[in-house]
Amino acid sequence: MWRAMVSVVKRDLLLAVRHRSELVNPLLFFLIVVSLFPLSLEPDPRMLATIGGGVIWVAALLAGMLALDAMFRPDFEDGTLEQLVLSPQPVAALALAKVFAHWLVSGLPLMLVAPLLGVLMNLPGEAMLALLATLAVGTPVISLVGAIGVALTVGLRRSGVLLSLLVLPLYIPVLIFGAAAAGDAAAGQSITGPVLFIGAMLVLALTLAPLAISAALRISLE
Amino acid sequence: MTPGPESPSCRLEAVDLTCERGDRRLFAGLGFALNPGEALIVEGANGAGKTTLLRTLCGLSRPVTGSVRWCGEDIHAVRPEFNAALNYVGHQPGIKADLTPLENLRVDLALHGLARGDLVDILDRVGLYGFEDVPCRTLSAGQRRRVALARLLAVPARLWILDEPFTAIDRDGVGMLCEAIDVHLAAGGLAVLTSHQAVELAHGRVGRLTLGRAA
Repeated sequence: MWRAMVSVVKRDLLLAVRHRSELVNPLLFFLIVVSLFPLSLEPDPRMLATIGGGVIWVAALLAGMLALDAMFRPDFEDGTLEQLVLSPQPVAALALAKVFAHWLVSGLPLMLVAPLLGVLMNLPGEAMLALLATLAVGTPVISLVGAIGVALTVGLRRSGVLLSLLVLPLYIPVLIFGAAAAGDAAAGQSITGPVLFIGAMLVLALTLAPLAISAALRISLE
Repeated sequence: MTPGPESPSCRLEAVDLTCERGDRRLFAGLGFALNPGEALIVEGANGAGKTTLLRTLCGLSRPVTGSVRWCGEDIHAVRPEFNAALNYVGHQPGIKADLTPLENLRVDLALHGLARGDLVDILDRVGLYGFEDVPCRTLSAGQRRRVALARLLAVPARLWILDEPFTAIDRDGVGMLCEAIDVHLAAGGLAVLTSHQAVELAHGRVGRLTLGRAA
């Protein structure tokens, strides 16, 4: 099973490398959305610092959404998804491998760019650390929960809006704790609480999402 | 590609299958049994339900009534064992256009828990010598089909389910594939295929099933 999971991760990373442009798009989207806020609101450093954490989190969610569809749709279209489901390995394990590969190429870059945007939004140092910590725990949740939505809608021809309607409400808890942590840190409070809350959601998603994804994939292939 | 020694009970059975697509009933009460060394050629007009039948046989779709059995057990109850014995080539070849044939086959092997086999030799046998390291995107439709068929030779499985395997393949390729199916049957394998061409198999008992006579 390990061999199969490793090979799926390797294949998806290799495909991502050969499709570099698709990697960059959500990232640019992330940068542009965040930079719209100082332009549209007053460029008052104090106000930017207050809203910065929340803005970056919302933009990260939207950018993550944008990248979601690429998780299963290409596989659905070229038939490799059928081969995955018909392999003797547990589909949940292979799905987890795919989500992990997807997070490496979509979630991780968002996290790496976030400090740059933090500077743009005039976030204080403590808030920046809080933002990084919550993004590190939160972006895998985004990928895992989003994967359920993608698996459910991959059989439909136009699933873009439906996917957002399905998945965005599920992101709200992560968003609340993620944005709150940045504010707390700026106010000099401990961020252990919010980070642990998101961590609990990550554990829950890690254990249950693969099962839901595999069930959803089977339904979509029928 | 040589299936192991067969226990006589390991056969594929369809019991009282009824399948629908949308609101349309494709067939009802369909039943057959396929023993080791036998092939079943499914025929029928376009839209008669050939692909649906094949997808039901390999467990991708669920029938409205009835069941598909492998070694006497419902395939959905013995999914890992059944999938390990299954090699399915569907309408979409199931290969990544941005990977080379070698890379595609390596993933297929890993999915079946196999170590690296002699893939270059297998690609040579399906007529893709010299194309091992070319992205599949640049190959012709027939060559891409051959990559999918190379999977049959690379991953050993007792049951082959092939949906229109001859599509886009030239005459040499058809001969090569017929020969591969012959060898597979002679070694005790089973095969279910659909085809609009006349399939000539030398060995093995070949059954024919025509769908959609009522429709």
